[in-house]
Amino acid sequence: MSRKTTNQKAWLFVLPVVVLVAFNALIPLMTVVNYSVQETFGNNVFFFEGVKWFEEVLHSERFHASLLRQLTFTSIILIIEIPLGVAIALTMPRKGPWVSVCLVLMALPLLIPWNVVGAMWNIFALPDIGLLGKTLNSMGFDYDYTQQPLSAWFTVILMDVWHWTSLVVLLAYAGVSSIPEAYYQAAKIDGASSWAIIRYIELPKMKRVLTIAILLRFMDSFMIYTEPFVLTGGGPGNTTTFLSIDLVKIALGQFDLGPAAAMSLIYFMIILLLCWLFYTLMMKDEEK
Amino acid sequence: MSKISLRGLRHSYLDNPANDADWALKSMDLDWRDGGAYALLGPSGCGKTTLLNIISGLVVPSEGQVLFGDQDVTKMPTDQRNIAQVFQFPVVYDTMTVYDNLAFPLRNRGFAEDDIDVRVRETAQTLDLEKTLFNRASGLTADSKQKISLGRGLIRPDVNAILFDEPLTVIDPHLKWVLRSKLKEIHRQVGSTMIYVTHDQTEALTFADKVVVIHDGTVVQIGTPIELFEKPKHTFVGHFIGSPGMNLLPCELNNGVPLFAGQVVETENGIHSPQECQNLEIGVRPEFVSLSESGIPVKVVNVSDTGPHRIVDTRHGDVRIKLLITEDESIPADNVHITFDPAHTQIYADGWLVSEASK
Repeated sequence: MSRKTTNQKAWLFVLPVVVLVAFNALIPLMTVVNYSVQETFGNNVFFFEGVKWFEEVLHSERFHASLLRQLTFTSIILIIEIPLGVAIALTMPRKGPWVSVCLVLMALPLLIPWNVVGAMWNIFALPDIGLLGKTLNSMGFDYDYTQQPLSAWFTVILMDVWHWTSLVVLLAYAGVSSIPEAYYQAAKIDGASSWAIIRYIELPKMKRVLTIAILLRFMDSFMIYTEPFVLTGGGPGNTTTFLSIDLVKIALGQFDLGPAAAMSLIYFMIILLLCWLFYTLMMKDEEK
Repeated sequence: MSKISLRGLRHSYLDNPANDADWALKSMDLDWRDGGAYALLGPSGCGKTTLLNIISGLVVPSEGQVLFGDQDVTKMPTDQRNIAQVFQFPVVYDTMTVYDNLAFPLRNRGFAEDDIDVRVRETAQTLDLEKTLFNRASGLTADSKQKISLGRGLIRPDVNAILFDEPLTVIDPHLKWVLRSKLKEIHRQVGSTMIYVTHDQTEALTFADKVVVIHDGTVVQIGTPIELFEKPKHTFVGHFIGSPGMNLLPCELNNGVPLFAGQVVETENGIHSPQECQNLEIGVRPEFVSLSESGIPVKVVNVSDTGPHRIVDTRHGDVRIKLLITEDESIPADNVHITFDPAHTQIYADGWLVSEASK
């Protein structure tokens, strides 16, 4: 004997959200799905092609190359930014007037529009007039990010670390400052070394915010477009052409809507899959 | 193990304490006998935790010295002091098992794994943690987590003192009783000094041989539970300890004899220099007030039953006087009078027991 009341009118309350989500996500996504299975010859003439574009993209060496570049880039910046961010957060003052000074300094890079960051670094790293480029060259390094792939990678990574480590710092700092004083007192009583304090108190307590930091940095760096586009335009050659830059080239440069749509969907699935993997791995112990 | 002494200790959390209220602890000289079981009793915010943290070295006092035996340890860091401390809320290392948590203080001090294993198992047995010994500490209940905290305090064989900062706050009442008796038992076995901070008088009186009562940053009395009950040195001790607390009646002096309600009240202590005495009060516990044919006339306002006793709430003018009577004693309908037991009636000036008034 179920006492549940059935009232279908409640759907009306959900309707606005459904409409909103439909217009800003589902419908555009379905358009992409639509393109991904069709061939177009202009004048809005479409032919159904099935999974042909998907096969093509998955077997394309160009896609493999940019995916590899993308994975390399994302791994490098995660390996640098996460430990660096945690280390900076741990050395930041916990109380006193310097707290707000540090927080403001840390937040500054995050407030700069992405294309401005790209433009800044573009000039900053110019080998003949930029402060960084000129300094490196006068120190004897052969540095020219417009010509040498290695210099270009170095600059793109340095720029990303400069721009985004702050985000990790702020999240990690929030985690560290929420640890009650009693933990540090107990650790002193137990005679714990400073490394033991980091290992057994600070890192475990930061775990949740670090998971978020890793996910955010992973997704953002995997989708990075504006900054390297402004800085190197994907070059020299194709050496800094990451997935999104490549995608835009195919979709808007060559106007290959079918392969571009298929590539977007594969791209989307990769991000979704990797995020799920990260999250599951990091939260594995929590459920016990 | 050695005696712990505090000499001229004062502490303020402010950089430049201006007035009396800025001091969390006001001038303290205390000796903790080696192997004693002490309770630090006082209301929240009276400075108990500050005092404890000074002994363990988590706080460095603004003034004065802390001595372990003859050694001045005032500025010595916590980890070199050989003090164990258990905090009010459970602190466990989430990523470790219960076993590793208990072993942690020993491993940090370089004990051999064999010794550690023996001690961990002993401690786990004492605290009834054996079943969960190899579980992750993070998944346990608050009770068990606090037992782990206690365990980390009790496991070290070489401590000068074990300090407990209201350790049973989060523990459920039935277990509280069990653990308190355990601590007492451990104290008898191990014989190290234990200092137990609490604001609960039952806890203090059952655990300790000596109770130190703190009020507003000052030690008001150190004594056995019986001394605190029978001869409070300060009116604060009188009303903080005992349930209900001590009756305090404002009184006047007439030729050196205290008068209340126009009647001479015989007290256990006398007044030697009447001119020095301000704000005189007579203190008498409800246990030592009785109904009688003659004496101080009062009006009964309320009677409440607490089981073995009944508490009679009476008034003389504006002054409330409580007394305890047994179940079968009857209360006269009108013309109620009460008398005080002279051996347990004290006179206080400015809050202090009169013979102590010069303090």
